[in-house]
Amino acid sequence: MGITAKNFIASYTKPESLITEEYPEEKPKLPENNRNFPFLVFDDDPDAGLRCVSCKICERECPPQCIYIVQERDENGRPVKQPKVFDIDISVCMSCQICVEVCPFDAIKMDQEYELSSLDRFDPLIHDRQRLSKSNEYYHSIHPAEAAAVDAVLAEKAARKAGNKKAADNES
Amino acid sequence: MNALSTESIAARVREAVPEAEVELIPNKGPSGQDSLLIGAAKAVEIAAFLRDDPELRFDYASNVTGVDWPERVVKERVTATEEVDGETKEGKKVVETKIPGFLEAVYHLYSMERKHGPLVVRLRTGDRENNVTLPSLTPVYRGAEFQEREVYDLYGIRFDGHPDLRRLLMWENFADYPMRKDYTPPDDYEYEPTPHDAVLEKAKRHQADDGCGKGDPA
Amino acid sequence: MNPPSETGSPSPNPAESPRYRTAGYDSDAQLLEVSLGPQHPSTHGVFRMNVALDGEDVVKLKPVFGYLHRNHEQIAEQVSYLGSMPYTDRLDYFCSLSNNWAYAAAVEKLAGIDVPERAEYIRVITSELTRLVNHTSFLGFMLSDMGAWGTVLMYAFREREKILDLFESLTGSRMMGNYMRFGGCRCDLPPGWLEQARKVVDGYPAFLDEMESLIATNEIVISRTQRIGRLPADKAVNGSMTGPCLRASGVNYDIRKVDRYGIYDRFEFRVPLGDHGDCYDRLMIRFLEMRETLKILRPALRDIPEGPVMDPKARQRNLRPPEGEAYARVEAPKGELGFYLISDASDKPYRYRVRPPSLINLTLLEDLCLGEKIADVMVILGTIDIVLGEVDR
Repeated sequence: MGITAKNFIASYTKPESLITEEYPEEKPKLPENNRNFPFLVFDDDPDAGLRCVSCKICERECPPQCIYIVQERDENGRPVKQPKVFDIDISVCMSCQICVEVCPFDAIKMDQEYELSSLDRFDPLIHDRQRLSKSNEYYHSIHPAEAAAVDAVLAEKAARKAGNKKAADNES
Repeated sequence: MNALSTESIAARVREAVPEAEVELIPNKGPSGQDSLLIGAAKAVEIAAFLRDDPELRFDYASNVTGVDWPERVVKERVTATEEVDGETKEGKKVVETKIPGFLEAVYHLYSMERKHGPLVVRLRTGDRENNVTLPSLTPVYRGAEFQEREVYDLYGIRFDGHPDLRRLLMWENFADYPMRKDYTPPDDYEYEPTPHDAVLEKAKRHQADDGCGKGDPA
Repeated sequence: MNPPSETGSPSPNPAESPRYRTAGYDSDAQLLEVSLGPQHPSTHGVFRMNVALDGEDVVKLKPVFGYLHRNHEQIAEQVSYLGSMPYTDRLDYFCSLSNNWAYAAAVEKLAGIDVPERAEYIRVITSELTRLVNHTSFLGFMLSDMGAWGTVLMYAFREREKILDLFESLTGSRMMGNYMRFGGCRCDLPPGWLEQARKVVDGYPAFLDEMESLIATNEIVISRTQRIGRLPADKAVNGSMTGPCLRASGVNYDIRKVDRYGIYDRFEFRVPLGDHGDCYDRLMIRFLEMRETLKILRPALRDIPEGPVMDPKARQRNLRPPEGEAYARVEAPKGELGFYLISDASDKPYRYRVRPPSLINLTLLEDLCLGEKIADVMVILGTIDIVLGEVDR
């Protein structure tokens, strides 16, 4: 009884005992590592700037097989390094982050959006390419440290590529 | 395993239990957990000896499980001499050995009293269809009761001498053994518009049959 | 010997059951069959027991499993080694990080991978925090099983939430960590994590004192747990009981001490043992274990070295361990959690087996309950501490 009374009074007087968050008026502050469902990162242009090259490694590695990719083809029927279809079924996705880990192009990252409920349990839960594409700035806003590290790695890769190209040009 | 090698345990078992068939199966991997294959005829006596021998005292059956080994063909390159047109030639040749399929029950035994282990004990059935009975070790190790039921449920090994051998996880009228390598899963999924190609195909086929499917998702 | 009946149902008369035992059961008495569960707040999930009663005394109890069965082992044999890691979170969803460790340890044994020192420390810290989470919520559930709805559970969950916040900032998810990898951990600790963890650990003794003063001397708790469901030591060993339930019967067997896996030999802690093996011992041993866990956490949080958290040589994708097999086990909060893997040198395990402590601890449930009252079944089941995600897999 004494302990109950102590906790009861503390819940009015001590700020650290007030642990209930008044959602939805008050949104919780998510830690940087928080993950929910994946999204695709693009630089600058949402269509051409998509980092995904449709290599399908994530589709293969996804444990519950919730990713579905069809590669884009140009008018001659040759494959283009772009996904034509990129669907993630978030009713199957279990937020394990393995797609993020295996992606060699840093194209797929974990989102923190959690208000995803819908009235239909079919179509709204399949996120297509358009819905999944989000800008690099958005990525910076949810995972600042991780995004900065990724940008540094990508910049280095680009520099090395440019350097190789220059060297090749000089040789020829 | 401190001081007791699997080989010395095998020797002790052979000494103590007459007519015991014990064979050492080496483990090729880095874990180095060798196992003992024991004959089904004397399995209960051997288990009781392993449990009660004051030096071994494997009094705790930690893990009991089944493994399915369907019939397979092992290809091996061997050097063989061959007589071709009266000449003796030495050449390499691929020899195919057919290993008949069997089911295996694997027991991991530890000693709580002497704090050593694991000792891996294997029992093998004659084949995968008709000759699938093994002696139950539940009378020796009570802790094997539910696990042997699970092996019976998922692999179909019948344990002779088990006090209450029923399916554990699947329902009673279920016919197949789901953990066998040749098990085909059912295709009566509820239609879900997932990008599981194979699953979706099967579900569509099934629902086309009974005429109550939702049709093409596109 | 009792041959399995074709329908699979137990014999209708419990007196024919080979293991039938009870205190003064009159075979002419009218038996009442009660189906407890599968949906009952005190069965901790979809767990069902067929109980035969003589008055209020239990004369037979048959657990029925499988309501949550999803054949985890078969799924794991169809995905890569890495792909099974997130599924291990969902076995015992209170202790995802100990499950991760057990699976990672089994694959490391199978493939011969080493773990850097910092990762070993992180594994010990997260797994011991998991033990705190599990035992704390156990106390809450246990007391609600005995009828103390709400209060204790809420106190326990308040404390548990502090640790889950730590897990969230480290792994990204409160309960489904998916954190450990073969040869280390997925990512390093975020800045400030250690200070936060130290704060939680330092605040824990006060909470434990509060809980203990609520529970330990409470008259109702004592009368409902003492001398109920006694388990003698030899029976516990033969029945493969593990974890706190085994130690409550006085058997000194803690895998952290016996196998000394990871870096547990660097920490000084004792293994608490019970004297009687009744429900009260099984309840109180969790308090003692939590206090010992704090003794591991404090030096671990102090001494954790800098360095990498992953073995750079270890492959995650397309891991093909050499042919062979391995069994690795850890002392999970509920008992011995083991993973048995057979590799055929392909990228998927040939055989993947979980040794679930929750299921195997239930082997002796019938023996514990026979002769007790029907109301005590819930208390006994509560003290065994099961999670159905692991029982049914």
